[in-house]
Amino acid sequence: MQSIKAFTSITSRGVLFQTQRRFIQTSTVVKAATATAATATADDLPLDIPSTSAAAAATNEAFKTNPLNGTRPIYLDMQATTPTDPRVLDKMLQFYTGLYGNPHSNTHSYGWETDKEIEKARKNIADLIGADPKEIIFTSGATESNNMAIKGVPRFYSKTKKHIITVKTEHKCILDSARHMQDEGFEVTYLKVGEDGLIDLNELEAAIRPDTALVSVMAVNNEIGVIQPVAEIGKICKRHKVFFHSDCAQAVGKIPINVNEMNIDLLSISSHKIYGPKGVGAIYVRRRPRVRLDPIITGGGQERGLRSGTLAPSLISGFGEAARIINEDMEYDQQHIKRLSKKLTDGLLALEHTQLNGSATARYPGCVNVSFAYVEGESLLMALKDIALSSGSACTSASLEPSYVLHALGADDALAHSSIRFGVGRFTTEEEIDYVIKAITERVEFLRELSPLWEMVKEGIDLNTIEWSGH
Amino acid sequence: MSTAPSTTQVLSLYREFLRNATKFNNYNFKNYFIRRSRDAFNSGKTLKTQEEITNAYTKAQQELEVLKRQSLISRLYSFEKLVVEPLNGSHKK
Repeated sequence: MQSIKAFTSITSRGVLFQTQRRFIQTSTVVKAATATAATATADDLPLDIPSTSAAAAATNEAFKTNPLNGTRPIYLDMQATTPTDPRVLDKMLQFYTGLYGNPHSNTHSYGWETDKEIEKARKNIADLIGADPKEIIFTSGATESNNMAIKGVPRFYSKTKKHIITVKTEHKCILDSARHMQDEGFEVTYLKVGEDGLIDLNELEAAIRPDTALVSVMAVNNEIGVIQPVAEIGKICKRHKVFFHSDCAQAVGKIPINVNEMNIDLLSISSHKIYGPKGVGAIYVRRRPRVRLDPIITGGGQERGLRSGTLAPSLISGFGEAARIINEDMEYDQQHIKRLSKKLTDGLLALEHTQLNGSATARYPGCVNVSFAYVEGESLLMALKDIALSSGSACTSASLEPSYVLHALGADDALAHSSIRFGVGRFTTEEEIDYVIKAITERVEFLRELSPLWEMVKEGIDLNTIEWSGH
Repeated sequence: MSTAPSTTQVLSLYREFLRNATKFNNYNFKNYFIRRSRDAFNSGKTLKTQEEITNAYTKAQQELEVLKRQSLISRLYSFEKLVVEPLNGSHKK
């Protein structure tokens, strides 16, 4: 009985934090689960689920971790953020120990030495995307870069252009900026995506109008890892003389990006997605032909007047070092990620009633989004306290709403709710992947055993034919 | 232009890399740097000219300094062990 209670209390939001806190104090998930069950009140247990001692044994079996090992979860949420590479930290430390000059002070050597480091970083970042260093503007992160592009360009050209095109599966900061622009009187077209998550190029071309100021399409999706045909989109935009912005926070350093070959006019980069420090990013703004935009932050006129404010030398040079490493090691890292990702995908899809979300071919291998039918994603995440995962974007993981990205692919609520995103990165080991496959397999099976829906599926009842009462 | 490093010098440098990589307290960093050092020295076998070898050797010497400092920092700031990591460092499952 206790184990069943544990399961239901895990799924109940009311004791969520209790469960989490207890997990930190105790060494195994078994303890955490049973401890919560013991303290759970009757309110938390709405149903009287019949239980057997077999089920209790199953819980213990399913949630068992090796007591001889540690308790810190495996990190598999590389789309949210990546660990800071020690080599990046090494670069950054000198700015906290000796190089403290203001990079904009040009009257003394303290300023010159930090300025020199910033320019080195700028070059490393420019090299990563095939740009000129003068075209790189440092910002506080990809969200600021995206805001700058979506708001800045249409505002500058607002006398003649009144239209913006973007995609339904874009990151929240793009969609929200676009919403703001609608309030300012701009029209926004949100392109649909197919079941594979890709946009239709003909639809894009048809949506372009004479007064279109900007097209914004992300390169790699943060939830499903689908790669949009950026080069083709660039060609279309060039032909129609429309500015093309691409949010490449998840793409830079992972897939080859070249702003000239792909005809990208504005491009957002984030440092902490490429093993750099958090709190810094950049936007590439093309100089020839010149792209003009209204700055959001004005002041001292730093960064070509597009982003005023003193630069953070430590963060920027860490960002630059991260860019240099990921540029040099792209092939090596990607080989590793591809191998582990294939192993993970094969292992997870070997479970019955699972499916990979998004295109199977046009995808970045480091992002694997899988749906486990008849299991609720959040309860699976609760049962997987020993693996750090997310059911979608970190920005929206606080709400229990299903992912709008999966909705845009045409997934129904049930499927969107049962999806989990796995991120593989430079520092992921094969041992971790083996552990994850084993843990997921065991716990999905365990949770399904508890589900009455699963029983019906096993008996061959089509769930769509059932008429549910009480709706 | 100095002369290319001898085989003994390269092997000694490789050992230094592995020694410092193993000293990382962080499981992921430790495994990455062991793997990276091994693969980097393996791929270095294909280097032909003296200049190439000398350049790679000099670069590796600088990287070793970074590794030494960072493995020390990793030992200064340690966190709980991962669920795949044995609490007792020596035991292998």
